[in-house]
Amino acid sequence: MSLLDVRDLNVVFQRRGERPFTAVDKISFSVEPGQTVGLVGESGCGKSVTSLAIMGLLPKRGNKVTGEVLFEGADLLKLRPDDLRDRRGRDIGMIFQDPLSSLNPVIPIGVQVAEVLERHRGMDRRKALREARELLDAVGIPDPERRLKEYPHQISGGMRQRALIAIALACKPRLLIADEPTTALDVTIQAQILTLLKQLVDETGTALIMITHDLGVVAGLCDTVNVLYGGKVVERAARHELFARPRHPYTHGLLSSVPRLDSVRGERLHAIRGSVADNIPWTEGCAFAPRCDNVVDTCLDGAPPLEPTATGGDLRCNNPVSEEVAVP
Amino acid sequence: MTERTEPLIELRDLKVHFPIKSGVLFDRTVGYVYAVDGVSLSINAGETYGLVGESGCGKSTLGRGLLRLVEPTDGEIVFDGTDVRSLKGEKMRLARRRMQMIFQDPLSSLDPRQSVESLLVEGLKAHGLAADKAEVGRKLRDTLDAVGLPGSALHKYPHEFSGGQRQRIGIARALVLNPELIVADEPVSALDVSIQAQVLNLLEDLQNERGLTYLIIAHDLAVVRHIADTVGVMYLGGLVEEASSDDLYREPMHPYTKALMSAVPVPDPLVEDRRERILLAGDLPSPTNPPAGCRFHTRCPWAQKTRCVDERPALREVVGGHKVACHYAEDIAAGRIRPHEVEPELVRPDDGAAPGDPGELIPTP
Repeated sequence: MSLLDVRDLNVVFQRRGERPFTAVDKISFSVEPGQTVGLVGESGCGKSVTSLAIMGLLPKRGNKVTGEVLFEGADLLKLRPDDLRDRRGRDIGMIFQDPLSSLNPVIPIGVQVAEVLERHRGMDRRKALREARELLDAVGIPDPERRLKEYPHQISGGMRQRALIAIALACKPRLLIADEPTTALDVTIQAQILTLLKQLVDETGTALIMITHDLGVVAGLCDTVNVLYGGKVVERAARHELFARPRHPYTHGLLSSVPRLDSVRGERLHAIRGSVADNIPWTEGCAFAPRCDNVVDTCLDGAPPLEPTATGGDLRCNNPVSEEVAVP
Repeated sequence: MTERTEPLIELRDLKVHFPIKSGVLFDRTVGYVYAVDGVSLSINAGETYGLVGESGCGKSTLGRGLLRLVEPTDGEIVFDGTDVRSLKGEKMRLARRRMQMIFQDPLSSLDPRQSVESLLVEGLKAHGLAADKAEVGRKLRDTLDAVGLPGSALHKYPHEFSGGQRQRIGIARALVLNPELIVADEPVSALDVSIQAQVLNLLEDLQNERGLTYLIIAHDLAVVRHIADTVGVMYLGGLVEEASSDDLYREPMHPYTKALMSAVPVPDPLVEDRRERILLAGDLPSPTNPPAGCRFHTRCPWAQKTRCVDERPALREVVGGHKVACHYAEDIAAGRIRPHEVEPELVRPDDGAAPGDPGELIPTP
């Protein structure tokens, strides 16, 4: 049994007097114990909403979540709020993009780490603080004894993200969801945090869902990568397969449009034309069709199905990029 | 790349320091943020200079100081033979027609209540170029055409456009005055990956068509490598390395540049799996209280006991055209000095600005 099995997850936002908007459109994927799975896509593709829906963190009003989120067989979407709260933080940890807004500015860092241990592992404050000190040390925060008493504004962005990781890992969760954990950080700090995450995942055997727009981050970290476009998975493949032979025109376009540090200079970038604003609804055809170089007539006859490929992945495309076309 | 000509713009030992004020009744200056602390560089006409560095290194302040959007504290700015810092009032305003800026976030740098037409005409009016209506109309259409926007865009407002299109408006706004130098501060970092390529290609096309000179400021090394002829790397207010784009990426010589390059993720698992990262310890020190000697010595894996701590290295030419500000650049390149472990030093975001103890406010049960 998979650790996490997301089946036909659907999130529709509905505001009074407006047309409903489908942010996540029947997404299915699974995470095995110890595996690192990437959700990649640009803004508006539904990657963050997916993670919030899994964690039950979407606002109670104004949206409709359907489908199943099976964590070790139990559907998280059907749990009572109290039971869900028991699981969040204990079984599933989460790291957000902006550590300053996800830490409480008026509570010392030590207390924020200790809080999780008190809530989920029933420790008293004194013992929890001692454990918190160990945790801060484990995520590489220098002089952890003093950091315990400090407030989030007193430490740097990289250190805040480390503190957040310490909180997420405090109860040794079996699944960690990281939503753009390094986007707000500088490259050298990003390298520190990614190395730390990789090391912690290896040591503890925690499964990781990595949500990012940065294909470079995925390339070094994820076992399986799901590429999202317009709320649907358009391509899923193992890491090496995806980067060596991207089949979906969107994945291919993304990979050839980013300037690379190791590419030959002076070549023109292959830009994807148009923008997400050009998307058509999936009910009418492939959302990417208006921007796609490979578009054929059948692309406008409803959404193409997600079908397994010969290499063990899945692909949602009527006219995929041929396997011979290498990424420049 | 054009032929080597006279530099269009030259900075000599430019400094921009911001005073830190304290006190209620009397503003006392309690210290300075040394945002840009002695930078010299020159850009030849028709070339692109890329300035990279992490947040807080002073790269944006340098761009603004160059256009005198913030007043430099010291140093010289020579634009096409004239000393920009000696220009006053009206003369300075008129000189700005020839040097324009593209900002990072097009939504906050474009007035939401002005139509595209009024945004573009504003600059022309300010420089007395809007006298002939027909001429203005032609100019606007040409400019919109050059940045790839339809003529119908003129009567729309910034919020009606997508991020990439808004950045095109920002570029059109700079372009309509027919400038020679364009300073672009993080022109693509607010955009989605698929849109970044469109804007980068556009900047390149415009340069080829109009012979523009660019100063591109960015934190993304891959973007800068793609677009720049010469690249300067900044760390804590100073240039630590400057070389042609190809040289710099082939053989970075300053330890900071080495670390920076090894930290950039490459979208290729084969590269990612076998690369060795140089992980820097700790964070960027505060620019209010920069380390003595070499500013990088607190985090440098190659730092030596002598000189690095007490002598600030000058930017010097090490091999043909490749300038490095490191005492031991040759020794590191030849492998005579090996990297070692560095203990991270603690850096506080408010270092120096508001000194104070963390306090003893820890709630106990």
